[in-house]
Amino acid sequence: MSKKLLLDKAHIDGIRYFDVYRREGGYHSVEKAFEMSPAEITDEVKKSGLRGRGGAGFPTGLKWSFLAKPEGVPRYLVCNADESEPGTFKDRYLMEFIPHLLIEGMIVSSYALGSNTSYIYIRGEYAWIADILEEAIAEARKKGFLGKNILGKGFDCEIVVHRGAGAYICGEETALLESLEGKRGNPRIKPPFPAVKGLWNCPTVVNNVETIAAVVPIINDGADAYSKIGIGKSTGTKLISACGNINKPGVYEIDMTISVEEFIFSDEYCGGIPNGKRLKACIPGGSSVPILPANLLLTTAKGDKRLMNYESLSDGGFATGTMMGSGGFIVLDEDQCVVKHTYTLAHFYRHESCGQCSPCREGTAWLDKLLRKIEEGRGEMSDIDLLWDVQRRIEGNTICPLGDAAAWPVAAAIRHFRDEFEWHVLNPEKCLRENYGLAHYADPLHIPVAN
Amino acid sequence: MSEEIKKEAPAKVKVTIDGITIEVNPGTTIMDAARMIGEEVAPPAMCYYSKLEDTGGKCRSCLVEVAAGSTADPRPMPKLVASCRTGVMDGMVVKNFSSERVIDARNGVVEFLLINHPLDCPVCDQAGECYLQDFTYNHGKEYSRYKFVKRTFIKEDIGPYIQLHMTRCIMCYRCVFVADQITEKRVHGILDRGDRAAISTYISRAIDNDFSGNMIDVCPVGALTDKTFRFKNRVWFTKPVDAHRNCENPKCCGKATLWLRGEEVYRVTSRRDKWGEVQSFDGKPGWICNTCRFEKKKTSDWVVEGLTTIPRHSVIGANKYKKLVVPNDPLQEVMKGVQPKLLMDIHSISEVNNPAIDLSTIMGPSNSNDFKKAGQHEVPYDETIQFGTRSDKEVEE
Repeated sequence: MSKKLLLDKAHIDGIRYFDVYRREGGYHSVEKAFEMSPAEITDEVKKSGLRGRGGAGFPTGLKWSFLAKPEGVPRYLVCNADESEPGTFKDRYLMEFIPHLLIEGMIVSSYALGSNTSYIYIRGEYAWIADILEEAIAEARKKGFLGKNILGKGFDCEIVVHRGAGAYICGEETALLESLEGKRGNPRIKPPFPAVKGLWNCPTVVNNVETIAAVVPIINDGADAYSKIGIGKSTGTKLISACGNINKPGVYEIDMTISVEEFIFSDEYCGGIPNGKRLKACIPGGSSVPILPANLLLTTAKGDKRLMNYESLSDGGFATGTMMGSGGFIVLDEDQCVVKHTYTLAHFYRHESCGQCSPCREGTAWLDKLLRKIEEGRGEMSDIDLLWDVQRRIEGNTICPLGDAAAWPVAAAIRHFRDEFEWHVLNPEKCLRENYGLAHYADPLHIPVAN
Repeated sequence: MSEEIKKEAPAKVKVTIDGITIEVNPGTTIMDAARMIGEEVAPPAMCYYSKLEDTGGKCRSCLVEVAAGSTADPRPMPKLVASCRTGVMDGMVVKNFSSERVIDARNGVVEFLLINHPLDCPVCDQAGECYLQDFTYNHGKEYSRYKFVKRTFIKEDIGPYIQLHMTRCIMCYRCVFVADQITEKRVHGILDRGDRAAISTYISRAIDNDFSGNMIDVCPVGALTDKTFRFKNRVWFTKPVDAHRNCENPKCCGKATLWLRGEEVYRVTSRRDKWGEVQSFDGKPGWICNTCRFEKKKTSDWVVEGLTTIPRHSVIGANKYKKLVVPNDPLQEVMKGVQPKLLMDIHSISEVNNPAIDLSTIMGPSNSNDFKKAGQHEVPYDETIQFGTRSDKEVEE
């Protein structure tokens, strides 16, 4: 049983409301933080080794220390709750069940960064969660944890919940800021980075929901206790939203020491694959990270056991590894078709590209059309090479990472499952009725049959 | 004291682009530094417009490789960067045309821009002064690998003078920045997203302000065209002359280029510099108002200054040199009056010129292999003709 820091009280009845949350020790970190100086809190976060939980895994303390602090210019903290990645739903769970944890983290982080107005940019489709958050903010304000002169310590802070209008691209931090300013959600060209010129041209920090929530246990227990959990540079706990062909889909909090095998097959977590089927492939970090076949997923190219943490998942680079990403764990069993799966993702990225820069606008549409052609049995062998060439020319040549995110799944699918693509081309009739099956992607280990 | 003055004057930074070093002010972009060196090293620009703020970074045609970031940190940048939005650092080494990665990436950008472009240059008014034509000519391939239906839009009239042909648009956003920065109110913008994104006024509102015509000038392709000039003439048949008039509009520059054929003024545009952008006068961009552009179409309205200088490579300069003396062709003298037949003979020996093969049976663009496959005109391979079969004795001789 791994240690839980964020969700340990999520099951308590009425934890959504201030009184129960406070009774269970909530808002203690705010009181503790106000005894410290903002610089001390930043140092504490730095020491804890907390890494951004939104996908890129950039050290949070470092990001905070980059924040420019010119005289007389307001600074902003923006919480990125625009969780739209297919397969990722960890923030939704956290905000829905313990909204006060996020509010508490927001107050502490705002104090550390000197932000008097902080924003939660929430995905528009999470309409009911926005209501929950607003209710929680109203409660906190009533109890004196928000508003003017919090707890009589002379720090003012307001939190504003802003609803998005249904665009995946607004989860990219600069597009989010544009959208927050009331403009079209096009990513900005960096540099300047938000830490220098962000919201309304003021220094801004944009953090994921889980990152901000993780500040609470860091302040409560101290950075040393936090950094002891986990391995190496992957400290603390991580929320994983598991879905796909598993017995127990849901949100799990793990410390980053368990292996991928344990996560999929143990009853504590995903509980294995239903109906005694075998594992074919998995996307361990949300739809934009490379897909891995079972054999490479469970063991690295060096033969070590692959663990659920930043370093181990990215071991071997993109050739034999993948990424931790945002923790959207999608499992595919032997009956899933990788071509169809890749087509679905390409279609998503085509729909969500903002259309600002040419490689992404035109390239994502081209990938989508090519994959649809192969999936529907009209493909040619040259289309597979063309897919590779198109994704190669999108990757790295775009303004924001959406281009990379659209290119990586296609690249990884062709890299590891090329024979399945070729089978689709060679059997245009058969591929509509049957699946390619497991082929040689099967993991070499014994598979415990669940149920 | 002298030290203080030194601090105030910004130190020049050195940047090397394609092996040519130049000293520029700090804060200059790579693109501007390259333009200072000259046309040979200036990256192509489709969306960047130096006279408008915040433009650039979108089309990705100006991608360059930074081989060394600066003297302090000489590591190369991992990704190609957009030269129009990346500032130079002291000691930066930039590879532009000398980098294979850059050429490959730009080749990709051309392909991406053209997959939904109608390629209707023969009927497009922009042909001859089109950025996309130049860019494709310099960096593109002669064929496309895109085999799907192209995205199309219906033509739209935005105001009495401008027609929007969205199918040709490459989404450079320049016209949006013009409306934001030189007119009082913007009524058009980008609708929708991804490959469905379109420039529009949403409910077909007219763009009605005195400077809307400048949108036509900044458009790199034929998406925004002058309705008073549409289909009237090809730009290379007209003769551009510089002219000016005293315009009542205080914001109008009054200096323009008239495009004449005979004595008739076919169209009026703002004056362009060698990068295809509007010329600056007294440090201000010389935008012209709609009255000058669309209403004053008589030479008597203008004071003509003289012929416009046209870049040497431009097609607009074609057919303008009537008095050019053509030197005698010595070949005819040598051949005693017999006409050289080189060009005519190519057709009779070409495999492609084969009437036995019906072009409609060939899938996609044809090339010489298609004609060879049919078995016609195929030269039988002679095994006796091989390299390296000469004996040593022959070599010695």
